[in-house]
Amino acid sequence: MQDFDSLVRRKDGLPLQYLIVDDSVFARRNLQRIISMFGGVMVGEAGDGRAAIEAYGRLLPDLVLMDVTMPDMEGIEAAENIINQHPDARIVMVSSVAYQENVSEALRKGALYFVQKPPKPEILYDVIKSVLGQDAVAASATKEKNDSHEN
Amino acid sequence: MRIELIQPFINATDAVLAEMLPGPATINDVSMDEEVYRRKGVAASVAIRGDIEGRVIFDLESETALRVAQVLAGGEIEPTEQLARETLCELANIIVGNAVTLLNDQGHSFKVFPPSIHTDETGYAGGPDSEALVMCFETPSGKVYLNISLDYSHQRAYSAAESLG
Repeated sequence: MQDFDSLVRRKDGLPLQYLIVDDSVFARRNLQRIISMFGGVMVGEAGDGRAAIEAYGRLLPDLVLMDVTMPDMEGIEAAENIINQHPDARIVMVSSVAYQENVSEALRKGALYFVQKPPKPEILYDVIKSVLGQDAVAASATKEKNDSHEN
Repeated sequence: MRIELIQPFINATDAVLAEMLPGPATINDVSMDEEVYRRKGVAASVAIRGDIEGRVIFDLESETALRVAQVLAGGEIEPTEQLARETLCELANIIVGNAVTLLNDQGHSFKVFPPSIHTDETGYAGGPDSEALVMCFETPSGKVYLNISLDYSHQRAYSAAESLG
């Protein structure tokens, strides 16, 4: 298994907090397993878009990993709704159905990235780093910075 | 049944199994089946409606389904039948999603329904227009059977009309 530097929040050095949204329990467990490889924690999970909107407002996670095809309310509509209420929300779509029309619509509605399933940890890691930009830092980089300050 | 419709599903199954399960996946036992489908173990079926119509079934022997579930869950949990069903549905979802992405980008328009677990012993009703391609993917976790019956919707209508005479 590939090793990843833990990604932490720059502001307080705490692990990144994720909301995982997918109607498949298996998919949620799989994503939880992958983000734990990056040092992240799943603070909430939802099985449909409506539950995701409610969970986002309650938890205000650093990042949302959102499926597209779900019962009740689909992921793209939920992403749009969350972005309308929380313009700073960061949402990455994770879906097997990645045709151009779907990807374009998700990005137009405010998602920042589209990752096709099955999610590859190394790709998801790079996407998360890119989406969080300056707000996340690899734990090894924090350590190096602290070491250089101490010296 | 048209090969250009089937090929994306074969490619996607091959690629996804290779990506998600350790070790190589090889294809063997390719056949055409006109009989009523009978499941071999735990089976998930995905229906497709639109320009292209039909269904794709993924079928794993029960022990294989449990092994695959355990592998895909990271080997950290004791697999249950429920987890095996969940895993198979997600596997079917990923494979079909990857295949329809390709077909949609080629201009075909259709709706894919969520996977459903096929529990009947008797299988699906067959007919003159329901010929299926059956393939067996040999993986280190066991055999994964892919059963595809797909055609252009106008082709199905034509075949059905022809069979009625």
